[in-house]
Amino acid sequence: MNSSLLFNITTIAYFAAMVVFIVFLTSRNKALGFGATLICWVGFLANTAAIGMRWYEAYAMGYEQAPLSNLYESVVFFAWAILLIYLLFDLKYKQRAIGAFVLPFAFGGMIWAQWSLDATIQPLVPALQSNWLTYHVFTCFIGYAAFAMACGVSIMYLIKSGKEEKSAEQSPAGGLLGLFPSVKVLDDLNYKAIMVGFPMLTLGIITGAAWANYAWGTYWSWDPKETWSLIVWFIYAAFLHARFTRGWVGKRAAWLSIFGFAATIFCYLGVNLVLSGLHSYGGS
Amino acid sequence: MSKEQSFTDRLWDFFCSLKLAIVTLILLALTSIIGTVIEQNLPVEEYLQKYGMSESTYKTLDALQFFDMYHSYWFLSLMGIFAVNLICCSIKRLPRIIKTVRNPVLVADDGLFRTFSNKEEIVAAGTVASVRDKLVVLLGKKFASPVVTEQDGKVYLFAQKGAYSRFGVYVTHSSILIIFLGAMIGNIWGFKAYVNIVEGKSVNQVWARAGQQPIPLGFEVRCDNFDVTFYEGGRPKEFSSELVVLENGQEVLKKTIEVNDPLSYKGLTFYQSSYGPAGDPVYQFRVRNRATGETVDVMGQQGKHLPLPGGASLIPMGYADSYQNFGPAAQVSLDSGDHKHGTPFIVFQNYPQFDEKRGGEFAVTLLGAQQSYFTGLQVAKDPGVWVVWLGCLLMVLGSCSAFFLSHRRLWVSIQPLQKGVGVKFGGAAHRNQPGFTLYFDDLKKDFDDALSS
Repeated sequence: MNSSLLFNITTIAYFAAMVVFIVFLTSRNKALGFGATLICWVGFLANTAAIGMRWYEAYAMGYEQAPLSNLYESVVFFAWAILLIYLLFDLKYKQRAIGAFVLPFAFGGMIWAQWSLDATIQPLVPALQSNWLTYHVFTCFIGYAAFAMACGVSIMYLIKSGKEEKSAEQSPAGGLLGLFPSVKVLDDLNYKAIMVGFPMLTLGIITGAAWANYAWGTYWSWDPKETWSLIVWFIYAAFLHARFTRGWVGKRAAWLSIFGFAATIFCYLGVNLVLSGLHSYGGS
Repeated sequence: MSKEQSFTDRLWDFFCSLKLAIVTLILLALTSIIGTVIEQNLPVEEYLQKYGMSESTYKTLDALQFFDMYHSYWFLSLMGIFAVNLICCSIKRLPRIIKTVRNPVLVADDGLFRTFSNKEEIVAAGTVASVRDKLVVLLGKKFASPVVTEQDGKVYLFAQKGAYSRFGVYVTHSSILIIFLGAMIGNIWGFKAYVNIVEGKSVNQVWARAGQQPIPLGFEVRCDNFDVTFYEGGRPKEFSSELVVLENGQEVLKKTIEVNDPLSYKGLTFYQSSYGPAGDPVYQFRVRNRATGETVDVMGQQGKHLPLPGGASLIPMGYADSYQNFGPAAQVSLDSGDHKHGTPFIVFQNYPQFDEKRGGEFAVTLLGAQQSYFTGLQVAKDPGVWVVWLGCLLMVLGSCSAFFLSHRRLWVSIQPLQKGVGVKFGGAAHRNQPGFTLYFDDLKKDFDDALSS
């Protein structure tokens, strides 16, 4: 048993769960919803074991480092965090239909990592050799995962509210949308997920600043990554305040949540893949 | 007069409004993108070349302060509006919250009961006093000890929990202002600087990163040794400097610093940030006269003529730790005695036979080269940093209480009826209403149980 086999099992489980969730929505068979959730748990356990195994493998190679050291490891950790948040919300609110809109994020991350990212275990460069790395990455990714959840729920909100507006006079939405939670519940879940994500992002930014100060003597230097994390923070802060203002709940809140997650993904991937590319190409 | 009044009122309302907060946050988010797309604080030529900007574009963007936008007047003004907005909101809302917490409404009349979405009415047996006693005990056990008010033959109970969670929002808001304050303190009384120290040497001043002015330290820092280690495969594993702080020539502090492990002394912190070769290396060669077979070891600095037997000399010209994956190598040339440099050639430490193939009078092998290093240190003084951390701590505590705690209040009125005792109770939470409804439904059962026994 090694970590790459376990990561394969994880990817397959997330794919299977995603498919079963979609079939569940179309067939409205409750047993399928339960089955999909069960597959999620299997995948989550495999994901957990895989990360633990990779940690051990790095240790056996003589590198004392948590498995959060490169893009590959961060992506599989992101998938893990998404499942963690999703399963916690499932335990608390038991809204099975949401799985169909959250699992694609986790599966997408896993398949991208498996297919095109470098999975070799590399030792950490001196700048990253710190316990702060673990605290910083952990808090940020729990935050990102909660935002992924909020984004999935917001997409459901927009689909459902769009349909309800069209068929206001007809009977309540049936078909695919029959198992969707009500717009009120979706709106509330969106808010609840961001309520988890926002303090975690705040902690992530603070631990990042504390680490930067400890390693370089500057807690804030407006580099693109830092700035984008602040942009994400501003967007969700706007979201939280919009809840208290008339005219900003519902659809606008859902859109803000989706924009917020787009900015989150840009902060996570875009800054490294696009902005640095722009600079390095421009420089040569 | 009234017109002026209304203007200040409007201004005040503008700065208190939630809409302003939302718009400011979104504007801050949008404008912040600029500085991540345009690299900040580059020299003029770089903008013109790297971004292919015309001079007029450059001038326009420079006038808009896009090249140092996070310190531009307009960005700082936006931050200023954000801060004023926070202050005004707090001034407007805080007194009302303090009043709610300090002087709660103890007597709930019918008007207040009508506003509750969680309420219940029960007719109980016994007397007003006995019902009162039962409920006081019940509330004390299940929720919080109530305040009892007796008025016109009726009894009113009021109990609350988590009143202080109302302040979570204001703690979070003021934490942002505290972080701003810490940043200002750091900007005014702190500095960022750097210094390079050659192994064995000491410094008593550092160089400001902005302006390149020397800043006297008031003490000396010496670097006794610098060390760099590599993983197999050549990635740097760790670099470290043995630093000694000297006051009037006396050693007062000694520490080996690494990346992620700095040295602090008198409010200044020294961070390991870079390293590099200091001065020319000292070389050691073994030279064999191919004709006589005589072998001689020579040692000396770069550019010096190292005399060989018979009037010739060897001149080391350059060194590389790893030359095209062949390991340490030196570029040298020979002077056959006419004080002219011959054609330069490369010799390797790991391949002693390599130079035999070159032919000529001498075969040269590199025995080793000693390169001394300088250590590159970032030096920072930031007296505001603790204020920033205080702000961060308050932000975490404040937002946790603002998000996860709720101010829950319960009111009960007990009044005699013609038959039995009328009990009315209701409650409200300022957050997480669905959760409170569940809680309230449980409490209803407890009330029923207590009053029916």
